[in-house]
Amino acid sequence: MTSTSPDRPGAIHARPVQHPWRWVALAVIAVVAGMIVSSFVTNERWNFPFAFEIMQQSPVVEGLWKGTIFGTIGAMVLGIGLGVVLAVMRLSANPVLRGVAFVYTWFFRAIPRYVLLVLLGTGLGFLYPGFDIGVPFGQQIAGAVGLESDLTFFTLDYNSISSTIWVGILGLGLSEAAYMAEIARAGILSVDRGQAEAAQALGMPPGKTMRRIVLPQAMRVIVPPTGNETIAMVKDTSLLAAVPVIVELFYQSYQFGQRTFQIMPGIVAATIWYLIVCSILMVGQSWLERYFGRGFGVVPTRTQQKLAEIEADH
Amino acid sequence: MSQRHAATGFPDEPLVRAVNVTKAFHGTEVLKGIDMDVHRGEVVVLCGPSGSGKTTFLRCINQLETIDGGRIWVDGDLMGYEDRGGTLHRLTDKRMAAQRRDIGMCFQRFNLFPHKTVLENVIEAPMQVKGTSRPQAEAAARELLDQVGLGDKPSAYPAQLSGGQQQRVAIARALAMDPKLMLFDEPTSALDPELVGEVLKVMRDLATRGMTMIVVTHEMGFAREVADRVVFIDAGAVVEEGPPDQCLGNPQHQRTRAFLSRMRREEAAHARAVVQTVTGTADALGAVGGLDDESTPSPDEAAGRHPTT
Ligand SMILES: Nc1ncnc2c1ncn2[C@@H]1O[C@H](COP(=O)(O)OP(=O)(O)O)[C@@H](O)[C@H]1O
Ligand SMILES: [Mg+2]
Repeated sequence: MTSTSPDRPGAIHARPVQHPWRWVALAVIAVVAGMIVSSFVTNERWNFPFAFEIMQQSPVVEGLWKGTIFGTIGAMVLGIGLGVVLAVMRLSANPVLRGVAFVYTWFFRAIPRYVLLVLLGTGLGFLYPGFDIGVPFGQQIAGAVGLESDLTFFTLDYNSISSTIWVGILGLGLSEAAYMAEIARAGILSVDRGQAEAAQALGMPPGKTMRRIVLPQAMRVIVPPTGNETIAMVKDTSLLAAVPVIVELFYQSYQFGQRTFQIMPGIVAATIWYLIVCSILMVGQSWLERYFGRGFGVVPTRTQQKLAEIEADH
Repeated sequence: MSQRHAATGFPDEPLVRAVNVTKAFHGTEVLKGIDMDVHRGEVVVLCGPSGSGKTTFLRCINQLETIDGGRIWVDGDLMGYEDRGGTLHRLTDKRMAAQRRDIGMCFQRFNLFPHKTVLENVIEAPMQVKGTSRPQAEAAARELLDQVGLGDKPSAYPAQLSGGQQQRVAIARALAMDPKLMLFDEPTSALDPELVGEVLKVMRDLATRGMTMIVVTHEMGFAREVADRVVFIDAGAVVEEGPPDQCLGNPQHQRTRAFLSRMRREEAAHARAVVQTVTGTADALGAVGGLDDESTPSPDEAAGRHPTT
């Protein structure tokens, strides 16, 4: 029980600080927003109803799923996987691995993605129409010793896949790996050395120490920039047309607009789709950040709070 | 078979035998030929000034550092190397990991895995290294957590625990591998004074159960009570060793005496600081000042205050 008397101050009912400039800013923004919205409505070249229609056209939706979303997932899986491997190589004691990882990162960071996609889609197919999978230098060796076989196991017809999403995923993924390697390396280095030492002292071999102890903690540092990379990748899938892969959101919706002489709605349709996909990704990113931040003074998730309550009840 | 050593009363074949161990960092010799035998069930306390090489020596025993010279055997195994016809071959990472399984280590800064709960910390190594099944590992872990007084905290994350609790989890985590040797590197030096006791108690229990332990610590009370032998190290070499009464009570070496009197001064200053925070009066300082000999700094110095000029 709290008693209030003249010499014992009670509850505080203070007036909050006033922020007049916030109201001014709000007014300015309201006016600007109003102008933009009014132009949406009055300038019929925007033609939003048609943009919404384009968004739902089956080639556009197919481009969204098979090009943009599938391409993003594929490229990020390749990029993250290869990037982590490269990061571990960069930090390894083996100078050959370190060198390879360094050269890889240097090369793919220097090549624009658009150029890389053209290179893979057009250039590579021109140079090597078929990939022979076999013993290295098998054809030369076989020629030299006069063998029937040329030591080739099978031939991959590159031209048959050169304008598929797989080449797009390869190009974007290879490029992404170079960036992910830097992110993963920073993440691994952010983990206190004592962690790996504690694991080693328990008898864990280095590989397991990395997978079970260091990488999960590095994730806390790796996830936020990886989320950004993923969102950037969604947008970079619009470069797939360079391969050329045309089952892709922007190409399809732009083409649809052109065919119907409604250029702006076509662009707007793609824009809205990108906004939707990226917004969903941002939500997912903040969820992942919370998951990998567990044990680091982050507020416990709701399930954990529940569990704690249940335990307290017993 | 079990002959006993005449002097120490321990079985003859030592569990740890270090012979002429040397180690340099960037050309600076940090360990200068350390010899040490630790027998089964023996508790050895290592002490010595900061920077004297105590941590490095512990880390050499379980090969977290490679040694430049000498040999270390644990339970008859040469650590880190294989002797093939007189030539030493460095062990692979895998085999070195296998050697470390039987040696538990507790660090000054605990080094618990922050992304894992207390229980997960303890079951991690048995499951991942020994291939113990989860139910078995969990049962053993719960028993160990009970033993260190944390049976009620299996699902807490390390960050939710006090330092003393974290260090006790770290001890349980090391014990989960059923080690034959435990290494402690200043396990209580990062703790608030009121938390030191709970960790020392767990270590005392462990010693009572017959664990072989090498403990780097400046807790002289613990050394006197629990240690079978105290080894004093200075500048990378063993200066003096013997039973705690002798080594701490009647040190032969000037350097040991200097170190011990410095330790006592620090302890007294510490006690004074505690008293000061408790009572908040300068009078109390004077009262405790009488605990120590004439080498005691004045209460003003001890409290970090400068006399007004
Ligand atoms: N990884 C390292 N690299 C370089 N010098 C080191 C390293 N570890 C320890 N040292 C040096 O070795 C000496 C002994 O250190 P340490 O074994 O930690 O001493 P103690 O534990 O007795 O305080 C110190 O001078 C320290 O600076
Ligand atoms: Mg030390």
